[in-house]
Amino acid sequence: MTEVSVAKEDRAANGELVVLKSVNKHFGALHVLQDIDLTIARGEVVVVIGPSGSGKSTLCRTINRLETIDSGSITIDGKPLPAEGKALARLRADVGMVFQSFNLFAHKTVLENVMLGQIKVRKVDKAKAEEKARKLLDRVGVASQADKYPAQLSGGQQQRVAIARALAMDPKVMLFDEPTSALDPEMINEVLEVMQQLARDGMTMIVVTHEMGFARSAANRVVFMADGRIVEEAVPDQFFSNPRSDRAKDFLSKILHH
Amino acid sequence: MRCGPTRTAPYPTFATHPEAREIVFDFLSDYDDPSLLGAFWVTVQLTFLSAVGSLIWGTLLAAMRVSPVPLMRGFGAAYVNIVRNIPLTVIIVFTSLGLADIFGVALGAPDDFEVKYFRLAVLGLVAYTAAFVCEAIRSGINTVPVGQAEAARAIGLSFSQVLRLIVLPQAFRSVIGPLANVLIALTKNTTVAATIGVAEAALLMKEMIENEAQVLLIGAIFAFGFIVLTLPTGLFLGWLSKRLAVKR
Repeated sequence: MTEVSVAKEDRAANGELVVLKSVNKHFGALHVLQDIDLTIARGEVVVVIGPSGSGKSTLCRTINRLETIDSGSITIDGKPLPAEGKALARLRADVGMVFQSFNLFAHKTVLENVMLGQIKVRKVDKAKAEEKARKLLDRVGVASQADKYPAQLSGGQQQRVAIARALAMDPKVMLFDEPTSALDPEMINEVLEVMQQLARDGMTMIVVTHEMGFARSAANRVVFMADGRIVEEAVPDQFFSNPRSDRAKDFLSKILHH
Repeated sequence: MRCGPTRTAPYPTFATHPEAREIVFDFLSDYDDPSLLGAFWVTVQLTFLSAVGSLIWGTLLAAMRVSPVPLMRGFGAAYVNIVRNIPLTVIIVFTSLGLADIFGVALGAPDDFEVKYFRLAVLGLVAYTAAFVCEAIRSGINTVPVGQAEAARAIGLSFSQVLRLIVLPQAFRSVIGPLANVLIALTKNTTVAATIGVAEAALLMKEMIENEAQVLLIGAIFAFGFIVLTLPTGLFLGWLSKRLAVKR
């Protein structure tokens, strides 16, 4: 197995935003994250791929501490991840997260979903929060659905609202945990387009996905995980055309050529 | 089409003999302190105050039972498991013989016995009913998908904000039905307050049964009175529960 690090000097120049050092985590007997070292630079788009159960989602969730870690360290913008309490809440506000199952607040309208964090966490006044929420909803293309409840929207629309909800907090980095895996095929693109636009606008993104097309077109770097380890890191072109590790070759041979 | 001669009722009824109504219900006018309505009004007050109190205390208990602090979880669990397994009669009698007589708790009315025992009864009913409210709400919390709380934490809400803004509002909507059951049970449980002399419906019923001959009628009157209180409550809350259901 080979680790390929790419363009280290580029990243250092931009500044390191998220740094994971020898992170370990167990679920009971399962060693789900094994000595993970990963550095994400400001403005970088990193796509994490790998087979099911390889620890990709867990990795994503440790970055805003929805999953705790057993050992190692995670720092965001130079600050170590707080264990709990107010400090952790503050940090989470700076880390946007988009879930596989959308998780829009079911008892609130689309507009309220996007306003809630601004008002309750950022203490923005209501009128400003609404203005910003409408702007963001417009940006992700669901402005006309503002007064509906999440259950009245299609999956693709819900996921775009979820992206708007995360963006409303002005996050430093956005985490995407398989954002298109629960979507009908025809709705995947509308979500990917929003994400691609975000990437072009310079948002720092960590994306766990099975969308190889997105990885190719939007990622600065692909991280391939298997069995709780980072097996390979490379720029997309190199990874997809010339994977170094056998595990990655095996994985790609199964999912490509369809 | 009517065949044969017109039938008349073979026995006198209230319709044929209006004076019969007076004779049968006559005894009610002997009771004016409290009157039938007055006694039921006390029942309504007991129910309302205990419902509000147990909703607040039960919600706090439920919050304790799901909190990340082990001490709070332990307290919540212990409270519920002890209190809901003690007969309400024991609790209500304890408020009077224990709290009031031994510990001198007067709840701000040491000289006015009527007010004092009314308040003690409310206290006992709240303490008891809150255990059931807590469990209803906790089961409601369990119906809220874990992703809702995760998403709320992910935008930086604190534990209490997650609970207040996201989890509890959804939990309440899903347990309006079970809470209606608790409220109906509470309405009927207020009759236990009679054991410490609160002048509510059951005490008046006892008095009437001791003094009057129409035992079945008295039973029917009070049963009807409680149905008048609880049936609309149940129907209204059933309707509300459908209306407010969270669509997923």
